[in-house]
Amino acid sequence: MISFINVYKRYPDGFEALKNVAFTIHSGELVLVAGHSGAGKSTMLKLIAAIERPTSGNIMVSDQNVNALKKNTIPFLRRSLGLIFQDQKILYDRTVFANVMLPLQIRGFQRKTAASRVRAALDKVGLLEKENAYPITLSGGEKQRLCIARAVVHRPSILIADEPTANLDADYAQSIMEVFRSFHQVGVTVVIATHDTAILNDNRYRILTLNQGKLVI
Amino acid sequence: MNIWLFQHWQALSQTFKKLVNAPLSSLLSIIVIGIAFSLPLGIYTLLGNLQTISGDTVNTPQLSLFLKLNASHADIENINSQLEKFPSIASFQFISKEIALQQLQQESSLNDIASNLIRNPLPDAFIINIQQISPDELENIRATIKKWPEVEHVQVDTDWARRLDALLRLGQLAVLMLAVLLSLALVIVVFNTIRLQILTKRDEIEVSKLIGATDSFIRRPFLYFGAIQGMGGAIAAWLLIALSIQAINESLVELAQLYASDFHLNHLSLQDSLSLLIFSALLGWLGARLSVAQHLSQIEPK
Repeated sequence: MISFINVYKRYPDGFEALKNVAFTIHSGELVLVAGHSGAGKSTMLKLIAAIERPTSGNIMVSDQNVNALKKNTIPFLRRSLGLIFQDQKILYDRTVFANVMLPLQIRGFQRKTAASRVRAALDKVGLLEKENAYPITLSGGEKQRLCIARAVVHRPSILIADEPTANLDADYAQSIMEVFRSFHQVGVTVVIATHDTAILNDNRYRILTLNQGKLVI
Repeated sequence: MNIWLFQHWQALSQTFKKLVNAPLSSLLSIIVIGIAFSLPLGIYTLLGNLQTISGDTVNTPQLSLFLKLNASHADIENINSQLEKFPSIASFQFISKEIALQQLQQESSLNDIASNLIRNPLPDAFIINIQQISPDELENIRATIKKWPEVEHVQVDTDWARRLDALLRLGQLAVLMLAVLLSLALVIVVFNTIRLQILTKRDEIEVSKLIGATDSFIRRPFLYFGAIQGMGGAIAAWLLIALSIQAINESLVELAQLYASDFHLNHLSLQDSLSLLIFSALLGWLGARLSVAQHLSQIEPK
């Protein structure tokens, strides 16, 4: 479960990214966050992972108050999340396999267990035959799949994706969304920020719309 | 606990991989550290060797007591009995003028001179070994014996050793100061290498932080790297000294033979070598720790 309670976020340059935002996302829900560029979507997702801290208000993630977390406990909050970043943050100096391995290394998984988990995650996103490839050789859609595999390899209960279909053509975007739906179906809480109208027109899911930092109801 | 050990093992193997993947730069910085360390280490080894000479001599001071040329047997007996009663004398040996002459003749290079002498110019002498005492007390003994009748001259044979010893102490102080300075240099070298490594690994560190790596997880490979680099430097310095000693000993053998001595340089003791290894590993670790503390906090994911 993720709750925002009267959250404000003002950046040091005075820009107010979020103004009095309040909502609750229940466990197992798939929620889309909509809004034009600069509306505060990315800020909202960063607040969940404690990458940014709110100026005021409270954020609860899985019954933890994110504001109250000390610096040295933030890594453990992030380990319960699966994060897909807008700028992907793929490491180009290592193979696809090694990229997906990283979250498990951080958690101290034994190499054997880790390897089978990495393959399972790559299989899930359809990248298994590319495990020894270097990311530079992947297409845009494949890179995005790589990011998803890295975000889910440790089996998080919450999956957060920032513009996962940006710069992808419609077919690729649809197949990426399929991957998210399949995680949602097995009980993972999924939060996707997007301004892709094709995705937003799918009215099966709840949409949180942000406009200039305010939640539109 | 198992996970903890495994992660340490992982960090260590990562470090070795890093060293092997960049052999030239690793080797260069290790050699730089090695050369810097070999300077105080070399002087320390040299001083240690010289000290074994002076040390033995200083610890057992020796006096030579020369009698007047016209001293009689009775005088010798008299001095002999006085020496027996004298406190703080460990042992003494009488060398008659005849024996002294014989010894002189045995010295091959002086043989010609000795055989050309018309009469024996050498005095009777006592060689006195004193128990370990302070230089002041030694001087008192010398003065007392000097006043005895028929004593021509009393000489402290070990004066040169005392001077050498004092000089060596000064040298040790210099080594200590040099070691402190170059230790600082080692810390700085490691600090800088780690800084460069952190810069090149910026992306990896940022991603690792974003997906839940703890600070100690991120720090660990750098700390191992620093410690291993320090150790590598120590080994390089040790080898440099070993090679130098080998080379010096070869030419020293000839020199020592000319002085009829079997003097040669010894390498660092096992204990000294181990302390060197541990100390430089600690310094490398410290350099890495400072560098990580300085630079890692600057990489905050945005």
